[in-house]
Amino acid sequence: MHSLPANNQHSSLTTALTTCFRREMIVAFRHKGELANPLIFFLMVVVFIPLGISPEKTVLMALAPGMIWVIALLATLLSLDGLFRSDFDDGSLEQMLLSPQPLPWLVLTKILAHWLMTGIPLMLLTPLLGTMLYLPAEGYLPLMISLLIGTGSMSLIGSIGAALTVGLRKGGLILSLVVMPLYVPVLIFGASAVNEAVQGFAYTGQIAILSAMFVSALVLAPFAVAGALRISVNT
Amino acid sequence: MLQLNGFTCVRDGEPLFVPLDTVINAGDVVQIAGPNGAGKTTLLRSLCGLFDSCEGEILWRGKPIVGAKHDFLMQLLYLGHHPGVKKSLTARENLAWFAGVNGETGSLDVESALAKVGLAGYADIPCHQMSAGQHRRVGLARLHFDASPLWVLDEPFTAIDKQGVERLEAKIQEHAAMGGTVILTTHQALSLSHYRTIELVKYTEAFHEVRHA
Repeated sequence: MHSLPANNQHSSLTTALTTCFRREMIVAFRHKGELANPLIFFLMVVVFIPLGISPEKTVLMALAPGMIWVIALLATLLSLDGLFRSDFDDGSLEQMLLSPQPLPWLVLTKILAHWLMTGIPLMLLTPLLGTMLYLPAEGYLPLMISLLIGTGSMSLIGSIGAALTVGLRKGGLILSLVVMPLYVPVLIFGASAVNEAVQGFAYTGQIAILSAMFVSALVLAPFAVAGALRISVNT
Repeated sequence: MLQLNGFTCVRDGEPLFVPLDTVINAGDVVQIAGPNGAGKTTLLRSLCGLFDSCEGEILWRGKPIVGAKHDFLMQLLYLGHHPGVKKSLTARENLAWFAGVNGETGSLDVESALAKVGLAGYADIPCHQMSAGQHRRVGLARLHFDASPLWVLDEPFTAIDKQGVERLEAKIQEHAAMGGTVILTTHQALSLSHYRTIELVKYTEAFHEVRHA
């Protein structure tokens, strides 16, 4: 038991990651209400925009790219507070911290599950919402690509905020304040990719920048989350 | 195995209890006792590295824990105040997760582990349908398949019935006889053949007495 051979350590890490991921997915599917929450929010706001602003086609067309991005961002924000909350309350977060497996990897499985459960459904819902807001046909592909990458970044960045605030009784507001500024670049480049495409320009530049932000978040966020969780549990 | 040199936990700049100097060896069962608020749970958490506002040092096999983190965590089983059992999952799913994150790759005999804590037939029942005691027992079932030599148990007898307490005591005794170490907090008297108690004395009270002596 003193020093395990390298391949054994490798296989135990794989087992740990698959069991963690499977658990996250099972828990998510058993709380279907929480799963549907951001989606219903997304859908509701889009339904209200024509009622509140104007059902005019030209108005909605101009609003659509930015609007859909802003709502997707808020819907993600809505789902973040629960990311580590139940694990913190029932003690499984402590068990994760005491696992001999590297914490950033375990954390990454949680973030991946969060993205699959919020980001991907939001992205899949956009064609419907685009139709409701008269999004021009050339906007759909860039909207879906930018949301696919952008929601990934938002799950990664948001998890840092969730980890920092999980120890606080009312962390929701602080979480929004911490995470919002970090979402601004993602929003700017995401919405501008769609706008450019609608106006007939190339949007590969924006997508490249979004991807770069995603990759840096992917590399750095798990370590930041791991550090933040250790601080949050240290009470 | 574990050596505490002048060790105490610090909260708000003030030590919680009078510093401890003790050596805990393989085969020891150590009960941490003391009044509420003396820092029993905090001591256990800092032994595991969950709480790091401390004074003094803890040595694990002669080395500071920070340097031997992986080795230490491989050999540690911590059962906290909240057992880490997720309510929406079944007992089987919870135990599979515990085994997975703790690096066990072999197959897992969930049924026999559950049978040993008196939960035979409960493997596929979601934990939110269980009583508080049964919920705790799911966490305790880990003791029956985890091979870690060092057990740190925070109030393991909470919500457990008389028969369950007997079984748990037997398990602790068996673990110590096999060279394991158990550190636990509890307010009830243990009916074990050999164990020792470390009484935590609140730092503020000790200080008080000295001043008035």
